[in-house]
Amino acid sequence: MAQGTLCNRKPINTEEELRALMADNGGKLYYREMEELDVDQNALWEAIQKTLKSRLKSWLEICVHCGMCADSCFFYLANNKDPEQVPSYKIQSTLGEMVKRKGKVDNQFMRMAMDTAWAKCTACNRCGMYCPFGIDMGVMFGYLRGLCFSQGFVPWEMKIGSGMHRVFKAQMEITKEDWLDTVEFEEEGIFDEYKGMSIPVDKENADIMYTLNAREAKHYPEDITEAAILFNLAGENWTVPSEGWEQTSLAMFAGDWEACKLQAENVYAAMDRLKPKRMVGTECGHAYRATVLEGPYWAGLKSGKTPVESLHYVEWVAEALRTGKLKLDPAKKIKEPVTLQDSCNYVRNGGLGKITREIMSYIAEDFREMTPSKEHNFCCGGGGGLNGIGRYHKQRNVGLQVKMDQILATGCKMVIAPCHNCWDAIRDMAKIYQMDLKWSFLKPILLNMAIIPDHFKLDEDE
Amino acid sequence: MYEFVTGPLAWLAFGVFFIGLTVRIILYIRGLDWKMDRVTYRVNTSYGIRGAIRSVVSWLIPFGTGGWKTHPVFTVITFGFHLSLLISAIFLPAHNFILKRKWGVSLFTIPEAVGDMMAILVMIAVVMFIVRRLVLPEVRILTTAYDYLILAIAVAPFITGFIAYHQIFEYKLWLILHILSGEILLIAIPFTKLSHFVLFFMSRIQIGMDFGIKRGGMKGSGLTW
Repeated sequence: MAQGTLCNRKPINTEEELRALMADNGGKLYYREMEELDVDQNALWEAIQKTLKSRLKSWLEICVHCGMCADSCFFYLANNKDPEQVPSYKIQSTLGEMVKRKGKVDNQFMRMAMDTAWAKCTACNRCGMYCPFGIDMGVMFGYLRGLCFSQGFVPWEMKIGSGMHRVFKAQMEITKEDWLDTVEFEEEGIFDEYKGMSIPVDKENADIMYTLNAREAKHYPEDITEAAILFNLAGENWTVPSEGWEQTSLAMFAGDWEACKLQAENVYAAMDRLKPKRMVGTECGHAYRATVLEGPYWAGLKSGKTPVESLHYVEWVAEALRTGKLKLDPAKKIKEPVTLQDSCNYVRNGGLGKITREIMSYIAEDFREMTPSKEHNFCCGGGGGLNGIGRYHKQRNVGLQVKMDQILATGCKMVIAPCHNCWDAIRDMAKIYQMDLKWSFLKPILLNMAIIPDHFKLDEDE
Repeated sequence: MYEFVTGPLAWLAFGVFFIGLTVRIILYIRGLDWKMDRVTYRVNTSYGIRGAIRSVVSWLIPFGTGGWKTHPVFTVITFGFHLSLLISAIFLPAHNFILKRKWGVSLFTIPEAVGDMMAILVMIAVVMFIVRRLVLPEVRILTTAYDYLILAIAVAPFITGFIAYHQIFEYKLWLILHILSGEILLIAIPFTKLSHFVLFFMSRIQIGMDFGIKRGGMKGSGLTW
């Protein structure tokens, strides 16, 4: 069974392996080795027999080839209605074939399956909404990613990403010390601007335990600062955990089910340890999906719910504004026309479209919907890990066109995108397609509009 | 021959139809797995039921979902086809005449002219299904010989029935062919994609529960399909 030094069926479990893989720039050797990687057909078929149940089996069998899924898919639309982008075709020619052949597929097939699963689908689940039978091809591609991962056919950055979660319990190499240093540093920054504010760490029985995206810790620490200031302004009894603070899950994008479970359990362990009343996550879509919606199942929790009630950031914001915990100066509302991105993972797949619109009513004077909107809105084009995969950069850039056209059609030069992947996708599309566009998370806008109670203001001479 | 196809063969066909579909439903439900599917079927059941009902009902209404709205012509053909097929088969006077003679009961019957029109609608719809399979690239790439076979099995009873009823050709022969094609259809349903007769409901209930319980159904009114 030929397996490479970098490209093989073993998940990354040590820092040494992780660094070795990362050192291979762009995955050059990794992908070369992949061309020789053998398929363990017995293991593949065994995995399918164990895990392909009624739901997926029926989905594959019952598709009547009607083609209604075609124009539900942004990849199909962005690629000039290329028939090979029809969701049913994409899944039947990969997973469908794999099952029909009882796992007897070769290296070339698996590479094709990988290319389809990660570059022709972001698992946005829109097709599942438009199929008369409710066949959710996004879910099936998630499942296929799992099979591909188990056989070692996974994009380089995804293998690294899930390795990060296994080794560092975060999507980036941030140790506990790094994290605590970052928190301390940001807190000191807050002391320079406000008084009476803090970032409590490991506080037990708080009302809110905040979890976030490791990218914020590594590259956008101002996001952490903003979150902290907002919680303080709202008078929340909150904390961050010293461990289990990472809510994202590149493991989910990678199809590494074992790491998905470990990652979710990190957060749940923090919940068990600190016993907060609720957990609030940062502005990230897949983090919410992975930790709050799917996580309980990976962790085997029969309730299907997280140990502690969990909110997406937008739910906390809406509540804080609704109850007046956080007060905004209405004179500072956004005056220019502004539109709103509906992130798949918490709007279509989370039912929070009403919540985000409630927030817009507090912060914008001229809010204009995209067409279509809410749960029918299109994926940003960069979800499912696609934003970060170099091998599929071209495909991603083409896919962005649908969201771009939607934004242009609104006539807005500003878009609110409370999700890291959507934010990245919009940032990239603005650059690539030279759009006159501003995009923003909620935090900076809220901070800009927030009325600062006097007791937080530094004295003149401080 | 007539006695055979309306006797033992009919018993066999209906038997396979009813038992086969029952088996398919049971196998589907037994094959669900809350952990693999990542849906807690037995927890938050009220949300599951609400989600399931919304999922099934909205798709049973013409233009009741985004999917139907964005495909208006296909929606009209599909609803026209299915409604005509089901209503004519179940409420045709000729069928109920036999039912009355054999079992002493008859269902409500539609006027013969209406049944006739519905048979024609079914045939026209099938032609349109075939045309779109040939002409639309997004459908063509998915289409296989099997799809055409299924259409043939489904439309054969209507073509033969129409010919027999209007006595276009030799009545006795085409009556037998009609009955046989009907029985072939009944037997094929549990074993082919025609099983969507019941699996449409199973699949829609399942996805409705999924969205109702896990994917947002507990956060408000639920997904607008």
